[in-house]
Amino acid sequence: MLSFIDVSFAYAPGAALALDEVSLTLEPGQVLVVVGANGSGKSTLARLCDGLLTPSSGGVLVDGLDTSAESSVWDVRVKVGMVFQDPDDQIVGTTVDEDCAFGPENLGLPSPEIVARVAAALGTAGLTGLERREPHLLSEGQKQRLAIAGALAMEPWYLVFDEPTAMLDPAGRRSAMSVIARLAHERGHGVLLVSHDAADVAAADRALALSAGRIVFDGRPQDLLSDAELLATCGLDTGSMGELGDALRALGLPVPVTALEAESVVDSLWR
Amino acid sequence: MALTFTDVTCGYAAGTVMAVRALDSVSLSVEPGELVLVLGPTGSGKTTLLRAAAGLLAPSAGTVEADGVAVAGAGTVRGTVGMLFQRPESQFFALTVEDDCAFGPRNLGRSVDEARSDVRDALAQVGLDADVFGPREPWTLSGGEARRAALAGTLAMRPRYLLLDEPTAGLDAAGRDAVRSVIESVRARAGVVVVTHDPDILLQRADHVLVLQEGCAAFYGGVAELMASLRGLIARGAAEPPEVARTLLLAQARAGREGSAPSLDVGAAASAIAGLYAESRGPR
Repeated sequence: MLSFIDVSFAYAPGAALALDEVSLTLEPGQVLVVVGANGSGKSTLARLCDGLLTPSSGGVLVDGLDTSAESSVWDVRVKVGMVFQDPDDQIVGTTVDEDCAFGPENLGLPSPEIVARVAAALGTAGLTGLERREPHLLSEGQKQRLAIAGALAMEPWYLVFDEPTAMLDPAGRRSAMSVIARLAHERGHGVLLVSHDAADVAAADRALALSAGRIVFDGRPQDLLSDAELLATCGLDTGSMGELGDALRALGLPVPVTALEAESVVDSLWR
Repeated sequence: MALTFTDVTCGYAAGTVMAVRALDSVSLSVEPGELVLVLGPTGSGKTTLLRAAAGLLAPSAGTVEADGVAVAGAGTVRGTVGMLFQRPESQFFALTVEDDCAFGPRNLGRSVDEARSDVRDALAQVGLDADVFGPREPWTLSGGEARRAALAGTLAMRPRYLLLDEPTAGLDAAGRDAVRSVIESVRARAGVVVVTHDPDILLQRADHVLVLQEGCAAFYGGVAELMASLRGLIARGAAEPPEVARTLLLAQARAGREGSAPSLDVGAAASAIAGLYAESRGPR
């Protein structure tokens, strides 16, 4: 379990709190989506998960390991994989496969194990066939999937994604989200997903909303999506699909509020 | 006056085994006052198109001209064509918003006073009060404010053509709305080309839409024409239809009915889906 216990964080002593008394638990097999307006503390929360930042007060425990303890940093980083918003920030290799191998190489694994992990991770991320491509020749979407593959190759228990789909096209977003859901539901990883996209909330198991560094909602995605005021506080907009759902419900059709994508709307009507 | 692409082909790593053709014989024209949307899956050549339009990438065939002047490698067009890259807020480097925004106009040779007045105008255009936001450190801005400040830096150069690469990506709802309304107002004085995966709102206001697929123009025309050819474009894997249109098409497929071409109107889509649903349940 990855847990935050009364975590507060300020970027400088005396500065405003970016996170204020936040407690949460991330369980294996679960996708927890974290939403909130720009500047609400989402990315700060993500960076606290693997000890990139450590709490000003309170504690973050990863399977019992305290991220603030110097001695556990290495173990924490192996257990928690991070994928950031901008893949250019975390691509280091000169080819796709070398980049993906960077993490496992640093774990000191034997070569055959590294090769196997890289092949599996690139396959999961849909990059098979591009192994020898130079990363700067990849599209933005492919780069983001390479960053995901790089994290997967470390075989972490927990995966933290900071808006991984912000730069992807709708098809890329759907494929990345299905990879992310599979990682939790089939392989048992605990996934924390920071997002601005209402459709990501609908696809999650649990939703947590931040406003000015505080948790203002922790519960089921459908309850968050039914609360217009809360959605506005969190800077979430269900967009024209939200309007379509409202219009269909007004016509008496059984479309749930979590149906924010074409497939989920149609599946709810034609089972 | 127009920014025109005539049969433009562009690639990367020419002459090596890694050579890729990113854009293949694409033609396009945008006049001041027009809004052109460029859609297409990731890797289809959208960003390459903008880089070629800004003169950052020379075509291997064809021509890109701004008001009749070839743009590739020409310093003279830099003030004519303004480009906002993806995630532009990572490019802030000055200590204040106004200094950052003044960098462009100063580099075009404008005086300090002229640049300052350009920056004030540009900040006003994006809805940021110059007295409040001008002296701020760029790093203290929220996501939506930062994106607008970056946009102001490009607008301060007074470009006749404005190229925006995913201007709403990564923003919350309020930030997206702000950027959309800036695009609407900028359009009064410039030709705007927007690359986006978020066509929801802008699509209704576009004059032309270019859909790229593997570097080629799979579609180029007006919005009504686009909606009429949507089914064919989707079948070819070229189009990313607006999600509401995709929902109607999927419902038609599920109900086994061809139906009319999708529109952008949510109410019309809802009635059409309700009709299909009622029909497929049949009289009981």
